[in-house]
Amino acid sequence: MNLEKDAREDLLDMYRMLWRIRTFEDQVRRLAAAGEVPGFPHLSTGQEAVAVGICAHLLRQDLLFTSHRGHGHVLAKGSDVEAMFAEILGRETGLCRGRGGSMHLVDVANGVLGATGVVAGNLSLAAGAAWAMQARGSKNISVVFFGDGATGAGAFHETLNLAVLWRLPVLFVCENNGYAEFTSREEHSKVAFVRRFAEPYEMAAETIDGNDVQAVLAAAGEAIGKVRRGDGPYLLECMTYRMAGHFVGDPQHYRSKEEFAAWHDKDPIERLKMHLLQSGVAASELDSAAESVKQEVQRAVDKARAAPRPNPADVLAEVYSAKYLNATAG
Amino acid sequence: MSQSFIEIIRRALDEELARDPAVHLLGEDVAAGGAFGITRGLAQKHGAHRVRNTPISEAAITGVATGAALCGLRTVLEIMFIDFATLAMDTLVNQSAKYRYMSGGQLAVPMVVRTQAGAAGGAAAQHSQSLEAWFVHVPGLVVVAPSSPSEAYGLLKSAIRLGDPVLFVEHKRLYTMKEELIESAELPQIGRARVVRSGEDVTLIAYSAMLTCAREAAELLARDGISAEIIDLRTLAPLDMATIAASITKTHRAVIAHEAVQNAGLGAEIAARIGSDLFDELDAPVLRIGCPFAPIPFAPELEQALLPGTADIVRAVRSLLS
Repeated sequence: MNLEKDAREDLLDMYRMLWRIRTFEDQVRRLAAAGEVPGFPHLSTGQEAVAVGICAHLLRQDLLFTSHRGHGHVLAKGSDVEAMFAEILGRETGLCRGRGGSMHLVDVANGVLGATGVVAGNLSLAAGAAWAMQARGSKNISVVFFGDGATGAGAFHETLNLAVLWRLPVLFVCENNGYAEFTSREEHSKVAFVRRFAEPYEMAAETIDGNDVQAVLAAAGEAIGKVRRGDGPYLLECMTYRMAGHFVGDPQHYRSKEEFAAWHDKDPIERLKMHLLQSGVAASELDSAAESVKQEVQRAVDKARAAPRPNPADVLAEVYSAKYLNATAG
Repeated sequence: MSQSFIEIIRRALDEELARDPAVHLLGEDVAAGGAFGITRGLAQKHGAHRVRNTPISEAAITGVATGAALCGLRTVLEIMFIDFATLAMDTLVNQSAKYRYMSGGQLAVPMVVRTQAGAAGGAAAQHSQSLEAWFVHVPGLVVVAPSSPSEAYGLLKSAIRLGDPVLFVEHKRLYTMKEELIESAELPQIGRARVVRSGEDVTLIAYSAMLTCAREAAELLARDGISAEIIDLRTLAPLDMATIAASITKTHRAVIAHEAVQNAGLGAEIAARIGSDLFDELDAPVLRIGCPFAPIPFAPELEQALLPGTADIVRAVRSLLS
């Protein structure tokens, strides 16, 4: 089987993006272990296909909200690798000038309206952004990524209900990775599939294989098409697995080697690689694509590490938009 | 023609909706006029898409108001009672307040959360609280508490035009207060207190409904030849310490009065700042008036027994000057 040229290039682009996210987070892990990353970053290793498949359909002006585990989404939306890394390292050249860090990436110019470190805290923000799009008659949509752990929060249910009522252009993407932090899905909910929560609120929903980037791409295309043409919100549940711990340094005593190995075999990068090989793409081409992405990320990391740190004298600036309020605060 | 607090707030909202198409109102029952009738008629006039009813979902609607504000709508959210703002704490404290700072200045949250607070008429423990100190404690939030209808008019308009999240606290006892609205070309600046009565012997610092008590106390004290200066804080966060300092440099005594529980209330912060910044100016200890440490009770006799008022302020001033 040989792929059409466009399809081949699209798949290769996705292959590169999967590697970009994987390599980026491998670097975060490495530098965190070396003590260079402040705080406690959360990695999405193993879940990259969701970010890549969804964001392939997003326009720059579409608005993205993500969670504490959001590096992949922001990369897939197209944010600058070096500025992201600089942020995670707490540098002045970072996306948020070192004020946000790994859990609070914002890149307004690229439609990334933010990551929140509070589980389920981002859902209503995304609905609000969708309301603003609706109020303006814009064709842009809002997309929010969250884990299955967020479904335990009241804000999740409140937001689903309101989003349907107001017919908001928002796509809810649940990365069901089977764990709410350290607690397995079986232990935190009797509801096996997150899409079932959409049913009582009369929201369209679907569960898909989140480790198959082509499946995500196809389902996201359908879902985003509906949201964009005004059919109201949509919930896409992507079944996946977090190959990393909850945070860097998590000893992961709560899961077995067997479980981990079974999911390792479903690694989304390997699956796309197999498909591409079977479709006639040369192994050398794939290896060289991965290698060039790794080098690109390494260069960005090197530059970010050399970037200036914020000036402590600026620490009180911009608590408020109104400058005179900053002067009187505290 | 004098107008009530409710009518004047409605007028300010009406005018802001007419002035700026980015202004949007939302909240429980707001299209129907709201629990206190403040937004009555606004949905009919400005459209149901700009004055929207919401489910009883404080967490989500505060997030929706914040998310829309991130995208440039000027949202005015009504939280029916400040007691219910506890359900929206994640959004207010972790999201709205921090967005500008966390994003390195990329985003702003031009949102006003109008809410109603304070004790009156047996509303009891879950509909009577004065929780403003919780929000004053959060960097990035602006907290405004008007003391009269005409004050509310200008402050609300200024709050809607500000680029920061504002908690706008309306005391339920003020809702029936009537005043002639004096038109002014200039709107008050958020973050500035106001000297409402000039005096020499003591500075009374108050806000919201407690300002009425401070005025009454000043009248009573004047009969005994005691001259009290009164400061209406108007904005509780950020605090206008310059106006307070100027007054205390003149009077050398201060009494801070609020209806909120005295323990760890705003009065404690103001007293501490006066103590550390103006110690050499003081001729007497700084006194605080606030609610004793108990929930607001239901029975009228109990409610009255608990609430601080004019007599407490008078007593405090006399003790400073005796």
